[in-house]
Amino acid sequence: MKNSFFLNSIRFVVLLLFQVLILNHIRLNGFINPYVYILFILLLPLNISGWLLLILGFFTGLSVDLFMGTPGLHAGATVFMAFMRPTIIRVLSRGKDLEKIVEPSINTMGSSWFFFYSLFLVSLHHIVLFFFEAFNMNQLGDTLLRIVASIPVSEIFILLIVYFFRSQKKS
Amino acid sequence: MHNLIRFFQKNYFVLLFLLLEIVSVLLLVSYQPYHNRIASSVMGDFAHSFLNIRSNIVGYFHLKTENKRLVEENTHLLNFIEHSRHDTLKKAGQTDSIFTFIPARVVNITTHYRTNYIVINKGTEDGIEQNMGIISSEGVVGIITDVSKHFATAMSLLHKQIHVSVRFKNNHHLAQVQWEGRNPEIGIIRHIPTHLTLLEGDSVVTSGNSFLFPEGVLVGTIKKLITSENEDLNAATIRFATDFNSLRQVYVLKNTFRSEFDSLINKQRHEE
Repeated sequence: MKNSFFLNSIRFVVLLLFQVLILNHIRLNGFINPYVYILFILLLPLNISGWLLLILGFFTGLSVDLFMGTPGLHAGATVFMAFMRPTIIRVLSRGKDLEKIVEPSINTMGSSWFFFYSLFLVSLHHIVLFFFEAFNMNQLGDTLLRIVASIPVSEIFILLIVYFFRSQKKS
Repeated sequence: MHNLIRFFQKNYFVLLFLLLEIVSVLLLVSYQPYHNRIASSVMGDFAHSFLNIRSNIVGYFHLKTENKRLVEENTHLLNFIEHSRHDTLKKAGQTDSIFTFIPARVVNITTHYRTNYIVINKGTEDGIEQNMGIISSEGVVGIITDVSKHFATAMSLLHKQIHVSVRFKNNHHLAQVQWEGRNPEIGIIRHIPTHLTLLEGDSVVTSGNSFLFPEGVLVGTIKKLITSENEDLNAATIRFATDFNSLRQVYVLKNTFRSEFDSLINKQRHEE
C-alpha cells in the first residue's frame, strides 16, 4: 500500500511536469494539443475508494488548469472521467476476475482491454473538455472537429508511454 | 434523519461527483476574460513563477534567432533616428510620441484554444495596467487584461472576442481585424466596402483610433480577398505579422495621457 502511494505520487509529478512543460507547447496542426496527464487517473489502483478517485481527479485537473490559466476546465473534465472510470471498468471486465489485480495495466489486463479502457476514458475526458471550453452550442462543428482530432492523438501518446514503460520493467 | 444519512452513504459517489463538477463549472464561469482574478491570486502567481523558470531555461535555445531579430529591430530603430534628425525642426511643434515602451518577456502563451492568452513577466511594479496594448518587433500582439504584482495576462490577437481597429495602408480606410478562429497565423477582416481596391500583400496597420496602439503599427498583410456574391460587403483574410508560436520578446505600450483621455471620455458619457 505504501509502495503504491509512493509510485503514484511520482507518476503524478512526472506526468504533470511532462504535460505542462513539454506537451502544452506542442501544437499539431496548430490546435491539437495531446493531453497525457489523465494517464495518472487511468493507472490508479483498481480498489481505490470512490471519494479518493474523484478528489484526485479534481486536483489533477486543477493542477493542469493552474499552469494553463484555465481554472475549472481540466478539473471538470477530469472529475467526469474519474466518475466514469468504475463504470467503464465494470463494463469491460465482465466475466473477468478482478480480485487479484491491483493496478490496471497492459500486463495485468491485456493489450486490447487496456486499449478500449483508455480510449473510452480519453474520449469522455476530451468530449467534456472541449464542450466546457466552448461553453455554448454555437460552434458545434468546430468543437466536434477538435474532439475528433484530439482523441486519437492523446490516445496514441498514452499507449506509447504505457508500452515504453512496460518494456522497461521486463528488461 | 436515519434515512437521509443512509441516502448519503449510499449515493456519496454520485453526490461528490456532482459537487466537484459544480465547483469546476463555477470556477470556469467566474473566470471572466476581462476581470479574471487568477493572475493576482496566490495560486496564479505560483504557476506563473514556475513558468518563468521554464521560460528562463527554454530561452537559451532561442538566443540565436532572438539576437537576429533584435539586430533587425536595432537597424530599423537606428534608421528611424536618422530620419527623425532631419525632421526634428519640422516636428518640434507637434509632439505625438505619447507612448512609452516597457520591454517584457513572454513566460506563457497559448495558441490552440479559442480564447488565447499570453503571460508576461512584468506587473504593477513595472507600471503595467489593464487595457494596455502589447506589440512585438514584428507587429501587434494583444491587450493586457489582468495584472498582478510581477506578472500580467493579456488576450492575444488569437482570441475570439478581440477586435483591433485598423487601417489599410494604401487607402487609409478603417476596418476591424478579428481572429479566424483556428490557425494562429490567420486573421479576418469583415465588412469591406466593394469600392475599395485591395491587393493581396497589402499592409494592414493600426488606426490610432484607440488609446491602445499608436498609429501605423503593422498588424498583418492581406492574404486573400473574399468577394461576396449576394452581399455588397467583401471580406479578406490577413496573415498576422507576429509569429505567435515563436514569440518571446514583447513591448507593452504605456499611454502617458491615458488618464486624461479616460476622464474626457467619461465626461462625454455622463453628458449623454
